[in-house]
Amino acid sequence: MLHRREFLRDMGQGGILAALLSSGLLTIPKAWAADRNQAAFAARTVEEAFAALGAGTPAASDEITLEAPEIAENGAVVPVNVATSIAGADAIAILVEKNPNALAAVTTIPAGTEAYVSTRVKMQQTSRVIALVRAKGSFFMASKDVKVTLGGCGG
Amino acid sequence: MGNPMRIRAKLDGEVVDAKVLMNHAMETGQRKDASGALVPAHYITKVIASCNGKTVLEADWGPSVSKNPLLGFRFRGAAAGDTLSVTWTDSMNDTRTDEAVIG
Repeated sequence: MLHRREFLRDMGQGGILAALLSSGLLTIPKAWAADRNQAAFAARTVEEAFAALGAGTPAASDEITLEAPEIAENGAVVPVNVATSIAGADAIAILVEKNPNALAAVTTIPAGTEAYVSTRVKMQQTSRVIALVRAKGSFFMASKDVKVTLGGCGG
Repeated sequence: MGNPMRIRAKLDGEVVDAKVLMNHAMETGQRKDASGALVPAHYITKVIASCNGKTVLEADWGPSVSKNPLLGFRFRGAAAGDTLSVTWTDSMNDTRTDEAVIG
């Protein structure tokens, strides 16, 4: 329910764009931002996430370099780097198998950008970390077991 | 409006090596505060990086990305002096854009 007071407050705090966004009157148009795959992020397991992403059963590939620590002292901040030399790679997803929702991030790689992403993820417990690569409509994966000494989902 | 990001964009030959440190709680919605109440979910859902009017990276995130997210990526087609712009949007429709000059 939109209230005039809240709309004006939002406008004062963040300007007209923030007010329009938070009121639901303005949504980011598709031309600016492709729709987020809600089903994939809501999926609990890797299999469900793969299905929602249209990945089917990805083939294991040795052309994916997945770097993550053998042992993560702090499960809240686990560095993960993914690079791939698979021709035509245009998306890289990172999944943490035993997190409450397996899919952590999906990165879209336009032409001119290297098929590489580096970030940090939360891991609730010792688990496989999976890199999923889409290239020319086909899907490939690599995985690594990461031991977690202190779980990082705060639950 | 969110908190400012730190962006570093340096040319490594023909490739811009970009590192972004965002300031965001990335709450999963599963954490309990000191009183035992659940802290509501609040996390970045979309990141778009652009340079010279072209999107160079787009990312969809869930709450499994760490608090104060670090993002590294590499792209071609930019020169020293060009501007790299990074925008994030979060699950409460807050948004933040920061820029850095490529050096």
